[in-house]
Amino acid sequence: MEPNQAKSNALGAAVGQKNTTVHDEVWKKAHPVVLEMKNITKAFPGVKALDGVSLNVRAGSVHALMGENGAGKSTLMKCLFGVYSKDDGTILFDGKEINFKNSKEALENGVAMVHQELNQALKRNVMDNIWLGRYPTRHGIVSEKEMYEGTKAVFDKLEIDVNPKTVMSTMPVAERQMVEIAKAVSFNSKVIVFDEPTSSLTEEEVEHLFKIINMLRDNNVAIIYISHKMDEILRISDEITVMRDGQWVATEVVEDMDMNKIIKLMVGRELTNRFPPKDNKVEKEVSLEVEGLSGLYSHLRDVTFNAHKGEILGVAGLDGAGRTELLETIFGYATRKDGTIKLHGKEVKINNPRQAVKNGFALLTEERRATGIFGILDIRNNTTIANLKNYTKMGILSDVQMKADTEWSINAMRIKTPNQQTKISTLSGGNQQKVILGRWLLTQPEILLLDEPTRGIDVGAKYEIYELISDLAKQGKTIMMVSSEMPELLGVCNRILVMSGGRLAGEVDADNTSQEEIMTLAAKYV
Amino acid sequence: MSESTKAKKRNRIQIWLDNYKQMNQKDKRRAISSLLLNNAMYIIILIAVIVIAIQEPKYVSVRSLVNIINLTAAKLPIALGIGGCIVLTGTDISAGRMVGLAAVIIASMSITDNRIFPGLEPLPIIVPLLAAMAVCALIGFINGFSVAKFKLHPFIVTLATQLITYGIILIYLKLGTNNGQTLSGFDPTYRNIINGTMFTIGGAIVPFYVLYAIVLVVLMWVIWNKTTFGKNMFAVGSNEEAATVSGVNVSRTIIMVFVLAAIMYSLTGFIDGARIASVNANTGFNYECDAIAACVIGGVSFVGGTGRISGIVIGVLLLQIIFTGLSYMAVDQNYIYVIKGIIILVACAIDMRKYLTKK
Repeated sequence: MEPNQAKSNALGAAVGQKNTTVHDEVWKKAHPVVLEMKNITKAFPGVKALDGVSLNVRAGSVHALMGENGAGKSTLMKCLFGVYSKDDGTILFDGKEINFKNSKEALENGVAMVHQELNQALKRNVMDNIWLGRYPTRHGIVSEKEMYEGTKAVFDKLEIDVNPKTVMSTMPVAERQMVEIAKAVSFNSKVIVFDEPTSSLTEEEVEHLFKIINMLRDNNVAIIYISHKMDEILRISDEITVMRDGQWVATEVVEDMDMNKIIKLMVGRELTNRFPPKDNKVEKEVSLEVEGLSGLYSHLRDVTFNAHKGEILGVAGLDGAGRTELLETIFGYATRKDGTIKLHGKEVKINNPRQAVKNGFALLTEERRATGIFGILDIRNNTTIANLKNYTKMGILSDVQMKADTEWSINAMRIKTPNQQTKISTLSGGNQQKVILGRWLLTQPEILLLDEPTRGIDVGAKYEIYELISDLAKQGKTIMMVSSEMPELLGVCNRILVMSGGRLAGEVDADNTSQEEIMTLAAKYV
Repeated sequence: MSESTKAKKRNRIQIWLDNYKQMNQKDKRRAISSLLLNNAMYIIILIAVIVIAIQEPKYVSVRSLVNIINLTAAKLPIALGIGGCIVLTGTDISAGRMVGLAAVIIASMSITDNRIFPGLEPLPIIVPLLAAMAVCALIGFINGFSVAKFKLHPFIVTLATQLITYGIILIYLKLGTNNGQTLSGFDPTYRNIINGTMFTIGGAIVPFYVLYAIVLVVLMWVIWNKTTFGKNMFAVGSNEEAATVSGVNVSRTIIMVFVLAAIMYSLTGFIDGARIASVNANTGFNYECDAIAACVIGGVSFVGGTGRISGIVIGVLLLQIIFTGLSYMAVDQNYIYVIKGIIILVACAIDMRKYLTKK
């Protein structure tokens, strides 16, 4: 009980504290640039992930890095930490050029990162984690005493109240994150990157984190803060850089930014002719009704909506908004806690994917590799797997029918493959996706749940997938489509559900909305 | 499409040669070395056969070849069963003990001087056979259920059931007045059904159990290739999550694979009891080692989702060719263990090489 009290007392001072610094020329002079990334360029096959991006981070300041999913924020950071090698550009740290080969080298040179997903040895205790890879030794024997005292010293400095001997797995996420920060500090880091640090913290924990960040700033540490959360950014940061489509868009001091301006900068791209005409007819008949859907193990809460025959219903939201969870819970792949699902007015029982398939649902998963393809099997097996019972006569499968159906799928989906015996893993991402789509169409589903159907697919193949989706809608199927690419949602869907923090934040008509409106809704519950 | 596929199959060697011709010197060398490595197991075995045949010409006599085929047939059912477990990326080390248990159960109901159930006359052979199949199927079910529902690794599960099964064998052999002794003196009907002469080639006897093995091979081929269950098995072995999403009943598939495997083990026990004509607590011991080795040599990979019945048959046959050869050379049994171990290691390493992503 006591440590908690101490923490909340310490917090008291920080609550509500706003960044009141005036970021004028005097401030800029007092806070020289310590990390300078110039014209960073990085291309992957077919995609330019970073195109001449520059970022200048000042000592003793918090520099927010913002942008939509896929804008290139994490690619930029990965170039800094040597996870990717940049194709072009220079990185200056303290005026000297650096090219870290891995994050260990970066850490040893004073550049640290606190990851969104913490990479920690959970079965070990706090001090083991902090000293991992550089255990202090005396004559070859690890000195526990030194580890303990070193950890304690850093914790005291940061006002973290955690026993260094606590086993990591017994601690809440917030405290584990504190350990990660303490580790960065123990390396005397001059630059610390925070990647979505508050995504799994409670409000109180966020306050404690901000207090620590402010403390680090006062100690002249440069902080790069990556987050989607506008209010946090506006509160904590000194400068804000916005990225879009792998390019630098703007860098401004916080006084010159507000939420609307940031959103505009983030999404301000033009919709071009990247989509087929939206000529599917949404019928009056409601095919799918979802009421009060909540997840047992996910944060999905009380989602209610319905969808019509022939409709393409988009699902928008930020990472972690519960979009995937929504589809998976409908499909019975994630466990449902509450709620009902009705198909044509009749409630259907869906406790697992099998029942979902029986009831005419199909789910194209987000992680094609992990949950979509059978990499080692050929196209025919990959195509027919969800529909085997229809090929069985007296317990024996009919090759003729399976061949014919696979042939149909290859033609209908325009899958580019030498033959049906080709291993699916040798196809391109777009063709793999078409095989899986064909797999589902053979089960003649009424409701298609598509989770990021065009992720990792090149632009040409994307257009083909959009056409397929549109054709399916015209055949009277109901399609739910999750996407992180807003232009895609606006260009393909009839209606868009916006998820935020596991809840349904709103529902917009795709033809009469704007990316700004969707972004505002998406930030509603974060 | 199917015709072009056939054409492709016919010309696989042709295509390889065409590609080879277009390569530069460095790639040619690489292609040759990878061809040799990928087929190293077959090459080694071929060399071994040649060496043995030169030293012991009897090794390639009709009698010897028939003997090799007979022994291959005897060891096939267990390999056919364990193959399914490997397709699921699992294993089954309880297989050998289940063979033993089945053999003991069948023997206890088929011996003329019965000490386990004193006074019991040999029952119609179908009764002990079904009893053994049922008991093994139950153990297989426990294996499959634990793997599917408790998400335990098959190695752990079958390690446990292996011990349990061995315990049951020992307890069973103590029943009545038997006191753990070897069971022998089987009912002639049982012996004839298994070991009776089907026909002879050049004076060498081909017993009936060869026919049973052929029937089982065909049956398993149909199950693996022509049934929903078979396709589901490969899908689960290839990507369990994707199978779940595709509406496959993953748990049921896993359980069925282990139950089917257990039934195969019981049939191995059924054949082995009469073939060897005596059964004791060590019957079936370590059989799974040979069976797993045979599967891996035959291309049933621990990577999962891949393997063929024909591969298993070839694997068992090749191992038998080697071991028969070694016994012709009068190699000490102790050395044979060492050689077996090396073969398993090399076979797995060669197999894994095919699935590694080259960087």
